[in-house]
Amino acid sequence: MRTLLVAAACVAALAVAAPAMSSERHPTLQELETMLICPTCHTTLDQSDAPIARRMKRFIVARIAAGDSASQIKAKLVAQFGEAVLAAPPKNGFDLLAWWLPLAGIAAGAGVLGIAAWRWSSRRGGTSPPALAGGPPLAPELERRLDEELRRYDR
Amino acid sequence: MSRQLKLGGQALALALVAGLLALLVWTVAHPNHVPKGAAPNFTLPRLSGGGDIELASLRGKAVVLNFAASWCVPCKQEAPLFEGLWQRYRSRGVVVLGIDAKDFRGDGRRFVSRHGITYPFAYDGPGRMYDRYGLTGFPETFFVGRSGKLVAHIPGAVGKGDLPQVVRYIRRALSS
Repeated sequence: MRTLLVAAACVAALAVAAPAMSSERHPTLQELETMLICPTCHTTLDQSDAPIARRMKRFIVARIAAGDSASQIKAKLVAQFGEAVLAAPPKNGFDLLAWWLPLAGIAAGAGVLGIAAWRWSSRRGGTSPPALAGGPPLAPELERRLDEELRRYDR
Repeated sequence: MSRQLKLGGQALALALVAGLLALLVWTVAHPNHVPKGAAPNFTLPRLSGGGDIELASLRGKAVVLNFAASWCVPCKQEAPLFEGLWQRYRSRGVVVLGIDAKDFRGDGRRFVSRHGITYPFAYDGPGRMYDRYGLTGFPETFFVGRSGKLVAHIPGAVGKGDLPQVVRYIRRALSS
């Protein structure tokens, strides 16, 4: 049973990794257009028709034809235009913050919400209304009148 | 204690929101703007390779700083005018300095050779100076005085009809 599970996990991992590896080795213009930013209009290349964006697309087509991988093409464009040309920040160094901060923010938000919900529910469930929790005793006269009213109501 | 903690948290959240709001307002109110006073210094590689060009090293000369790119059509049209100015004024202490920005370096080199440009050209592929000089497009030209101060700015292409104004700006740069 365990062997079967491991085999299934391997097949699933391969199914996910294979297209990614293929896309890295044999990228298409359409894929790369969404990963790169036009330096003059600051949109991704697929949404830009600026002269430099058209020139970059021609460069990408030429590099794909020359057999470059996606990483190599991106590196060549970064060498020309700087890292701002990448639509997603690199996953190393200081730029890692851009990947981790949103996740940390979501985790922190979920934590705060969880704590607030727990405190709210424990306050509601764990405490009794003030009158039943043994507040200050009623004055004897008031207690007598209350008993009288209740007896009258019961009748 | 818990109440103090809660109040502190609320104050921190409010301060964060106020800070972000202030940042947003500042960004909207201060788009790219043309600098005033001293021209922002830079050290950029020569387009042709072989060393850097530093603006500060040209102190004592009047500098005509022309931002261009090979893919920019008006830049091609004005290039011969700047070459003419360079030929005419270089002996009088004027430097025409081109900056090829947001461009492929190879394309920039071809642009220079195709137009027979002999004045120095620097390369700024990422366009860092584009932002520091507050450019909004290509081409744009700045006139830097001998003291390093910005004395004039022409946003957009320079045509033959603009030459008298350009010469006036060059004189102003020479005298400041």
